[in-house]
Amino acid sequence: MSEGVATEILTTHILDLAADGKRLDGRGPDEYRPVSVEPGFVVTADGSALARLGDTAVLAGIKLEPGKPFPDTPNAGVLTTNAELIPLSSPVFEPGPPQPGAIEVSRVVDRAIRAAETIDLTRLVVTPGEKTWVCYVDMHVLDHGGNLIDAASLAALTALTHATVPAKRFEVGESDYPLDVQHFPVECTYVRLGDTIVVDPTFDEEGAAQGRLTVATDETGRVVAMQKGLVGAFSPDDVKEVVRRSFAHGDRLRAIARGSPA
Amino acid sequence: MGSVGAKEVPVLLSPEGLRIDGRRLDELRPIKIEAGPLHQADGSAFVEWGANKVMAAVYGPREVHPRHLQQNNKAVIQCKYNMAAFSVDERKRPGLDRRSQEISKVIAEAFESVVFAEEFPRTSIDVYIEVLQANAGTRCAGLVAASVALADAGIPMVDLLPAVAVGKVAGRIALDLKKEEDNFGEADLPMALVPQSGRLVLLQMEGHMTPEELSQSLDLGVRGCRDIYEKMKAALRARYSAPSSGGAA
Amino acid sequence: MLVLPGEEIAGAGLKPGPGTYRVGGKVYASVLGLLSSRPPLVRVVPLSGRYIPKEGDVVVGTVADVQGTFWLLDIGAPRWAPLHMTGTPWEVEVGETEKYLRVGDAVVVQVESLDATGRIGVTMQGERLGKLEGGTIVRIAAARVGRLVGRNGSMIEMIVRRTGANVSVGQNGRVWVGGSPSAIQRVVHVLRMIDEEGMRPGLTDRVASYLSASGPSDDRGPAEAPRESAGRDAPDPPWAGDDGPQPEREPN
Repeated sequence: MSEGVATEILTTHILDLAADGKRLDGRGPDEYRPVSVEPGFVVTADGSALARLGDTAVLAGIKLEPGKPFPDTPNAGVLTTNAELIPLSSPVFEPGPPQPGAIEVSRVVDRAIRAAETIDLTRLVVTPGEKTWVCYVDMHVLDHGGNLIDAASLAALTALTHATVPAKRFEVGESDYPLDVQHFPVECTYVRLGDTIVVDPTFDEEGAAQGRLTVATDETGRVVAMQKGLVGAFSPDDVKEVVRRSFAHGDRLRAIARGSPA
Repeated sequence: MGSVGAKEVPVLLSPEGLRIDGRRLDELRPIKIEAGPLHQADGSAFVEWGANKVMAAVYGPREVHPRHLQQNNKAVIQCKYNMAAFSVDERKRPGLDRRSQEISKVIAEAFESVVFAEEFPRTSIDVYIEVLQANAGTRCAGLVAASVALADAGIPMVDLLPAVAVGKVAGRIALDLKKEEDNFGEADLPMALVPQSGRLVLLQMEGHMTPEELSQSLDLGVRGCRDIYEKMKAALRARYSAPSSGGAA
Repeated sequence: MLVLPGEEIAGAGLKPGPGTYRVGGKVYASVLGLLSSRPPLVRVVPLSGRYIPKEGDVVVGTVADVQGTFWLLDIGAPRWAPLHMTGTPWEVEVGETEKYLRVGDAVVVQVESLDATGRIGVTMQGERLGKLEGGTIVRIAAARVGRLVGRNGSMIEMIVRRTGANVSVGQNGRVWVGGSPSAIQRVVHVLRMIDEEGMRPGLTDRVASYLSASGPSDDRGPAEAPRESAGRDAPDPPWAGDDGPQPEREPN
């Protein structure tokens, strides 16, 4: 229950442990906290999932509504992502307009979903230039125990994977049908603690970190998005290593998102 | 809350006096309450009430932000009721709207009526209510969740605050309307009760009722609140099961 | 016995103490907690919530802000606690506060005064008070501190003896742990157990069996004391077994 003041000796302790390849909660450097997803958490959404990474919980909800395509892309549907870092989830969040942190989470998740062509946007179009489905991905952080990007990305992918296009309700078609998800991007986030790079940082580890690196991979072996965040730096070799490790974690997280046993 | 493409009033009350989900007029929807599900907050609660899903968290008493709201003789109670974009059929645009602000205000005032705020001068008790899935009665579900969260946060208060709405179904007074009933409702009367004193600290009304119907509604609502009160207490007992009262380990 | 806000407690004639209120001759609980009846007083000892300071409490805090003549400490209480430069063992000049303590530094201080406005006066002058160096800080619920200390200090004594770690318990639920990395790791684990399971019976046995399973008992006594803070090697804190209510008694 911090008020946002990182205690210096806790930071030092985290760095000391990391130097020996250890972590505060006993995990290894390349180990995630327990991961779980609960698809269909919200029935008012057209797709939804609650994703948990240890103490972190993010709820994603998908809404599909008919709308107009953008004039410059008459043959493509519209995808909008939005993350809410609501003050319910952490003592460090204040009420008010979206903070840069929330905007970063939504943009990094958005980039992976878009670049991986998770959804074939052309298939959302009903009448070119006139009518298309608008797909909203809203992510609600409920419990901020660190590593919001991976939790939000996992929640969003799980929600998309289980989403339905409400064609009947909006009288666009005869019946509802599953949203066609063609690729499965997931994000893996690492932080640097001294010379050690650890995956899935906790809130305290993020406070001690000298740089954060997120790599989004998809099931075809592509890297589809990256983001370096926080103050700090990574060597090109660090980046290559993180990319390599992201694929192994990515495959496991993808299996969890798709509901198949890991 | 209008519904898309609603054409005719469905049969809301069967000849046997049962509602569309099989409830009697004086029957609550199923309610499930979990105390303390969140890790960062000082207190929290998750309420599933019919098809409503509401999370509440309490932070404080803590330093007041913004500082000009600070009161020298007591804690300020700040409440934010918010609906997730995907909590309703038609996506709600994120952010503040007038309805949420009004609900936040009346809920904050309900809690100010029962919290011993003078024990914590110059501090803030922040109550956050997030409606994740809405199906009529979210302000009452939010208030119940927030009340359990306040107790979970160790905040001193006169009592827990159970809440419920009374409405009308096919012209008859009915407890705890669900959305399909509310859409064709002729009245909505949400209330929150202080069981210890028997008084109401939240009361709103919209619609048409005769004085007799209103009186009947208040009685029905108070009875409903007392049932919900027991569920709130059970949720807190489950979280804080005392070693001495449990007997066996 | 667990009581909840609004529940009527005790018979007539008892005096309402902390955590209770009286209306119309009846006494009710105002907080969630355990009923503690010591005639003529009845009170409710909270099981949750923020740390509520008491005069004389020794607490572990973090510097949240630095001003010209004082520091503001986050001690997990409703309000930040100002530590004035004259309340330290150092000769601090006006405007030089930052040379001594900076944001994020951890300290052990004692609650010296409380006033009606909620202001918490703390001092760093006294034995075992000072800046903390090395080790780590763990937060547990303030309501669980009695459990961590145990009856007459039995629990904390066992933890220190079996791990060889150095442990300083703040009454506010912030616990400083020093010693070897493995000792710290074991104590941190035990503190998590106490925080999460402190309300359930059989805690002492579970802690003891974890300590047995997780490593050899280390009877060398506490490791080196933290720098710059004197006398922290006393494993038996003076508040162990003091008047602090310890209602979570269990048969053993």
